[in-house]
Amino acid sequence: MKRVYVNEKWCLGCHLCEYYCAFASTNEKDMARALKDIRIKPRIRIEEKDGISFAVSCRHCDEPLCVKGCITGALTKKDGVITINRDKCIGCYTCILSCPYGAVSPSDDGAVQKCELCIKTARGTPKCVEGCPNGAIVFEERGE
Amino acid sequence: MAIEYIYPDYEIVRDYNRCITCRVCERQCANEAHEYLSDVNKMTADNAKCVNCHRCVSLCPTRALKIVKSDHTFKENANWSGKSIKEIYKQAGSGGVLLSSMGNPENYPVYFDKILLNASQVTNPSIDPLREPMETRVYLGAKPGRIERDENGRLKNNLKPHIKLSMPVMFSAMSYGSISYNAHESLARAAAELGILYNTGEGGLHEDFYKYGKHTIVQVASGRFGVHKTYLNSGAAIEIKMGQGAKPGIGGHLPGTKIVGDISKTRMIPEGSDAISPAPHHDIYSIEDLRQLVYSLKEATAYTKPVIVKIAAVHNVAAIASGIARSGADIIAIDGFRGGTGAAPTRIRDHVGIPIELALASVDKRLRDEGIRNNVSIVVGGSIRSSADVVKAVALGADAVYIGTAALIALGCHLCRSCHTGKCNWGIATQREDLVKRLNPNIGYKRLVNLMNAWKHEIKEMIGGMGINSIEALKGNRLMLRGVGLNEKELEILGIKHAGE
Amino acid sequence: MNSLKYVIIGNSAAAVGAVEAIRKNDRSGRIVIISNESHHTYSRPLISYLLLGKTDENRMKYREDSFYSDNKCEFLPGITVQKIEPGEKRIMLDDGRYESYDKLLIATGSSPFIPPVKGLEKVKRKFTFTTLDDARKLDSVLKEGQNVLILGAGLIGLKCAEGISRKNVRTVCVDLSQRVLSSILDEDASDMIKKHLEKSNIRFYLGHQVAEFNENHAVLDDNTEIPFDILVIAVGVRPNISLLKDIGGKTNRGIIIDERCRTSIPDIYAAGDCCECRDASSGEMKVMALLPNAYMQGECAGMNMSGADCVFDKAIPMNAIGLFGKHIITAGVYTGDVYHEADGENYKKLFYSNNRLNGFILIGNIEKAGIYTSLIREGTPLDTIDFELICRMPGLMAFSKEERASRLNGIA
Repeated sequence: MKRVYVNEKWCLGCHLCEYYCAFASTNEKDMARALKDIRIKPRIRIEEKDGISFAVSCRHCDEPLCVKGCITGALTKKDGVITINRDKCIGCYTCILSCPYGAVSPSDDGAVQKCELCIKTARGTPKCVEGCPNGAIVFEERGE
Repeated sequence: MAIEYIYPDYEIVRDYNRCITCRVCERQCANEAHEYLSDVNKMTADNAKCVNCHRCVSLCPTRALKIVKSDHTFKENANWSGKSIKEIYKQAGSGGVLLSSMGNPENYPVYFDKILLNASQVTNPSIDPLREPMETRVYLGAKPGRIERDENGRLKNNLKPHIKLSMPVMFSAMSYGSISYNAHESLARAAAELGILYNTGEGGLHEDFYKYGKHTIVQVASGRFGVHKTYLNSGAAIEIKMGQGAKPGIGGHLPGTKIVGDISKTRMIPEGSDAISPAPHHDIYSIEDLRQLVYSLKEATAYTKPVIVKIAAVHNVAAIASGIARSGADIIAIDGFRGGTGAAPTRIRDHVGIPIELALASVDKRLRDEGIRNNVSIVVGGSIRSSADVVKAVALGADAVYIGTAALIALGCHLCRSCHTGKCNWGIATQREDLVKRLNPNIGYKRLVNLMNAWKHEIKEMIGGMGINSIEALKGNRLMLRGVGLNEKELEILGIKHAGE
Repeated sequence: MNSLKYVIIGNSAAAVGAVEAIRKNDRSGRIVIISNESHHTYSRPLISYLLLGKTDENRMKYREDSFYSDNKCEFLPGITVQKIEPGEKRIMLDDGRYESYDKLLIATGSSPFIPPVKGLEKVKRKFTFTTLDDARKLDSVLKEGQNVLILGAGLIGLKCAEGISRKNVRTVCVDLSQRVLSSILDEDASDMIKKHLEKSNIRFYLGHQVAEFNENHAVLDDNTEIPFDILVIAVGVRPNISLLKDIGGKTNRGIIIDERCRTSIPDIYAAGDCCECRDASSGEMKVMALLPNAYMQGECAGMNMSGADCVFDKAIPMNAIGLFGKHIITAGVYTGDVYHEADGENYKKLFYSNNRLNGFILIGNIEKAGIYTSLIREGTPLDTIDFELICRMPGLMAFSKEERASRLNGIA
């Protein structure tokens, strides 16, 4: 199964993944139009300190604590992707309490948000992967 | 405030309608040209810091940036160009030698651009490389003068050691130190995958790269940095660097600030000490001296490796090459005056040496005239920019070419010519860890492989069009070349006819 | 292997966890789900959101409508189990029928505790607040401007207060404890939340209990009289343990289960709010009536019932709760040294000792709280991470390079 892997060795801390992520969740064609003058709330986030940086987004765990703990059934895992039914989510944040990666975050509309591998927004490669200039975020099949 | 005599060369133009203040330009500019103004949530830029390397332009996700050449002018004239005026201001301010990087940018003739290739029509039909075999493989090294047989009449193997290349292109010498670890890794891995060679330059060989030894030329230069027996034996060939095209006649200087960690270890000099390569080899004052070094190196490697002698293309290049061909060297590498480098005094770079096309043609002719052309292979470098340049160089007599700048451009270099600052935004000519990591060799090596494969396809198409199916058959085949806009003397030296003749 | 028959008593998170786990191992065995409620499986904690209008009865279904058929379950709604006959391996239903089992799961949850207060029988409009039917009943009588007295300022009471706030009622909370949410907050945090709730027009009488009820007013132990139209009793819940207790199974406050969710009686498992199990943060046996734990216990039970060997020993007390726009996340126990930061809006306290994080309280900024939770759950030695950094900023940065690599670049 294809997964997103992050290699901090190649992360430049450029934060482009965050912007491509934020862009992917809009329906705009043009990034400038989509993100001009807004404070982005990306589903992938860079952690950085002392020259080290890396992107963190949902790992789509094999034993997903967020899904197991979700009190509404809004979080589900199908075909290796954990998605959120925003209509069901009531924003109790149990998933934020549960996720060991800190990869689920509040959003502006009350529901939580997380990486859904762009399956709802685009086909193929997640936008953060496409937008990473240095191959620090890859989406690939690895033997497990 | 002091008087600022020098106006910035470039202007950073930002389309504020498109800028989303993601600040990638700011984060990615090692020259700190961009700045975020938090109080107004806007980006601004200091043009004076911009070197026009395009890192910001390339990464800007909304294409909000472009860099334009400033249209600001001095009151220049045909004699006093803006450049000349500016250089005077600089030197009047600093009192120092002007430094610059990469190749000669001045408006001297580029002979490759004045030479055209032939193609077959009707007779001697052209060859379709997609349908018929096409040989781009070449072997470099001394060729035996005649066939020898033993008492039983069997062929004796009297071949000297050779380099085998899948195509007539190698990556030229760029030291670990002048370029980054990741750049070196990219070159080494690409050479290995392509079946060609890269060159360590005068920086020794990092222990991680010994595994690419079969695809490595190890260089011995005037500073002898990083040279030891294992090093010499680890490569496929050894290159003695007598000179280089970008700065003929002068040595090299890697400042102590760059001699840190692995670089100090690889060069075998203490951390923080300047790495000074002298202008001459202090043990070489004649061809006989050179011969001694050539044979010392052969001795050290049990005569298993071909030895290359690399010189800059200068006025007496043909006579010098003739001497080298008699010194026991297996390969002569000639570097034209457009050749690049990490840092060179501007005046040397721009005013010393001769074009590689003329040097190559005259060396090839001289060696043939003297009957010693088979003693050596000839490799030329100094601004080979495309597969067409490769084909033209081979037709002028080269066995293979070196590419340096073209390889770096494939890795992302934008020819901003600021290598000497050590702040290469593309992770190539820098040792700053945060910048080095910008060149991911997994991506870099692939781009080099792509470039070379593309060139190989083009070479096959061009020579196939001439009705030729191997590089060997093209070598020195000047009938395939015609000059345009060249005078009699130039045509004579190049050994080619004018177009229409 | 002969096909097994699984019987599950209960229809909430633990039951669903069990079904989903059983079906990973056993696609064909019969599963019978018996529920004393008549609803499709729904999320109990959502009843306050239902009153608030943030969800509806359709959206609060815990699993989709096809859940039972997708998982080939026989669902028997509205049926109460009378007793278990472990010798015969069968259970008796309230209609006198028997249902045999090979593996039985008790996921009976808990029931609200009704305190024995004098005069309580005189109160006509009194409600508890744990089930959908409770919520429906309360909603049907609730009218704008009414006075509501909520007995209990814990999670259920306060979520109820929030739920009914949509109807502009005047709410008074009485609790014997001096503090709100005393089971999950420390003093300062309680104080902060109390002030926040008071801004939302909830009045509190803390440190008091009701001495006597009349039909429409309560008299506190200090003789304060509190009039009300509606009384909600939310002083706590009691695990439903009688089915097991009656047959001599080991129980305490809850049914005692081991780390494989087995009860003391063979082939009988238990999971969820009816149980008592080891708290990984304190080591004590506890009832941790929380939906995530219920699901994971149910899942663990289901795995073991269907032949796998599965251990769940990571249960810890933890809560994520929002009240009138203020978010609270807590976990673990509040013992040891304290890291503390707070401004008017945000509050953070981390409790640690013996090289381990014991618990935390976050109010306001709750981002990446799960990083702290995982430190507690996994018992991460604090000297293997940059604890000083993680206190200020929860993140993977505080972990070693190798740990980061295995988490982000390795197998998830």
